[in-house]
Amino acid sequence: MTTTAEVEALGLTREQVLTAYTTICRARALDDRRFLLNRTGAVAFIISPRGHEVAQVAAISALDPGRDRFCLYYRDFAAALACGFTSEELMLSAFARPQDPSSGGRQTPGNFGSRRRGVIVGSSTVGPQIPKAAGIGLALRWQGAGGVCYVSFGEGATSQGDFHEGLNFAAIHRCPVVFFCENNHWAISVPQELQVAGPGVAARAAAYGIPGVAVAGDDFFAVYRAVSVAVQRARAGEGPTLIEARVLRLQSHSTDDDQRGYREAAELAAEAARDPIPRMRATLTELGWLSAQEDARIQASLMLEVDAATAQAEAASDPDPQTLFAHVYADA
Amino acid sequence: MPDRTLVQAVRDALREEMERDERVCVLGEDVGRKGGVFGATEGLQARFGARRVMDTPLAESSIVAVAQGLALEGYRPVAEIQFADYSFPAFNQIVNEVAKVRYRSNGDFSCPLVIRAPQGGGVRGAFYHSQSVEAYYCHVPGLKVVAPSTPADAKGLLKAAIRDPDPVIFLEPKKLYRAGREDVQDGEPALRPLGQARIVREGADLTVITYGYFRAVALDAAARLQADGIEIEVVDLRTLRPWDVALCMESVARTGRLAVLYEANRTGGFGAEVAAELAERCFANLDAPVTRIASPDVPSMPFNARLEQAFLLDADRVTAELARLARF
Repeated sequence: MTTTAEVEALGLTREQVLTAYTTICRARALDDRRFLLNRTGAVAFIISPRGHEVAQVAAISALDPGRDRFCLYYRDFAAALACGFTSEELMLSAFARPQDPSSGGRQTPGNFGSRRRGVIVGSSTVGPQIPKAAGIGLALRWQGAGGVCYVSFGEGATSQGDFHEGLNFAAIHRCPVVFFCENNHWAISVPQELQVAGPGVAARAAAYGIPGVAVAGDDFFAVYRAVSVAVQRARAGEGPTLIEARVLRLQSHSTDDDQRGYREAAELAAEAARDPIPRMRATLTELGWLSAQEDARIQASLMLEVDAATAQAEAASDPDPQTLFAHVYADA
Repeated sequence: MPDRTLVQAVRDALREEMERDERVCVLGEDVGRKGGVFGATEGLQARFGARRVMDTPLAESSIVAVAQGLALEGYRPVAEIQFADYSFPAFNQIVNEVAKVRYRSNGDFSCPLVIRAPQGGGVRGAFYHSQSVEAYYCHVPGLKVVAPSTPADAKGLLKAAIRDPDPVIFLEPKKLYRAGREDVQDGEPALRPLGQARIVREGADLTVITYGYFRAVALDAAARLQADGIEIEVVDLRTLRPWDVALCMESVARTGRLAVLYEANRTGGFGAEVAAELAERCFANLDAPVTRIASPDVPSMPFNARLEQAFLLDADRVTAELARLARF
């Protein structure tokens, strides 16, 4: 059991932890609503973070939005909220509205980007952000202000050459990069045993001479601790770290996929029972930091927020078709 | 004005831009101590240090990805891909990431970088040191593509590419790196804007539009045909995306005949796009079919010298094709 002394030793206050917990619950509430909106036909496509939220928000909580850089991938919906995106913005993205700050409705709602927040716009191919993060890390090292580049990806991305190229480059040049793998053990329908040779993702760090850390992704404090150590190393000029957070994929790959077609019902039920959000709630309750009453208040307020964000995004107009031609080049 | 080969002109452009703007840096395989396999970056590491002239691992995808990361953070990287044929491992980074970042982000991000690569054949380089890759990149909105053919153009266009706010693929004709010299200006007067073609020989009977190494072949053929009383106009595109449609239309309107000459494989080559666009726009002015003169549709240049010659068009064959078209 976690104690308040242990949590405080991490440098976390009750307020910070409750803010993170609220962000996690916000991600879940928004995602549930997006799923319904997809099934009614109002939202064309989403990728759910369900099961990853605790790991994502714990990781981002160990960084410094505004100072650091974030190369997120398409499942990082809760991470995007932790980086400062609002509920309303992410609903505008789900509805592909022109006010979507990531892309003005041009990209699918999982390609997060915001220059002012240091979130480097994502894409939908798997892994290209990994060597890009090495380059950003190199620039941050040159600038010498202690900035760190955080880059996340699934275990499927570790099969890509870009994973190797990015880690190799970052390790050679001691780039301040935190490589964060959200291993949910499934790349759409392909399980880890057909995807990742050897003992796992974290073990691959040894080949680059950098630390590799495996951590339970449903343990907020364990993830926060692992990422904090990596961030300290990076800021001190000691180079990159590879972290593998083991998480559960409690939803299909995307709204165009149905994992019941390739995974056993019993396994899905067992994983649903291990949902990390109730676990975090129980931990906070044990710490005496969250009462049932307060939790109910948080959930009720989030429902209002989700309703308002949905209404606002739904009411927003579509982009003017003439904007199709904007921003191909600087002058056109 | 100094007398320069094309590869010296490239090096001068890099040195001047690095002196002018401390954000400019160079990275790639062997660009540091060795100065590049063709010598394009010779002496730059000694002058600017190992940070601004960086030897990278032998991995093209990460060369482009790291350059992109630097560009996103405000640097002006010039990445060298050792041979254009080796740009394909970086194809996803170039086409899906670098080219689209401005558009995907609705203008929030941009990616000003230059990817330099020597291309083209005739140097006994066989399949993987001879290809012409421009068509792949000219197809991609968001990229600019430049193909200089003289030392002065190489210098002026590379300086402009480094200053451009968008990503530029800069394809250098390796066969011409040391093939000739010309006077090249220093500093700002050397600049040549992107997107402007140039009439390099005037003639009333037929327009040849070309670029890169084939400019020299076209001029050779034009000189031979003059003896037969055929006046060939030669247009050097210099920039392929965006290309100078207006200047080309004006030339074709005067001559009424058009051949597009390019070194890449005939089918789907960039010259095919030039031919299609001008056939559509200049229909009323044309006295003969728009004609492509290009390399055969075989994978690339074989190593054997006679097979290489059989692949690569020379002035004899180009002259014959142009004479046929002039008399159509």
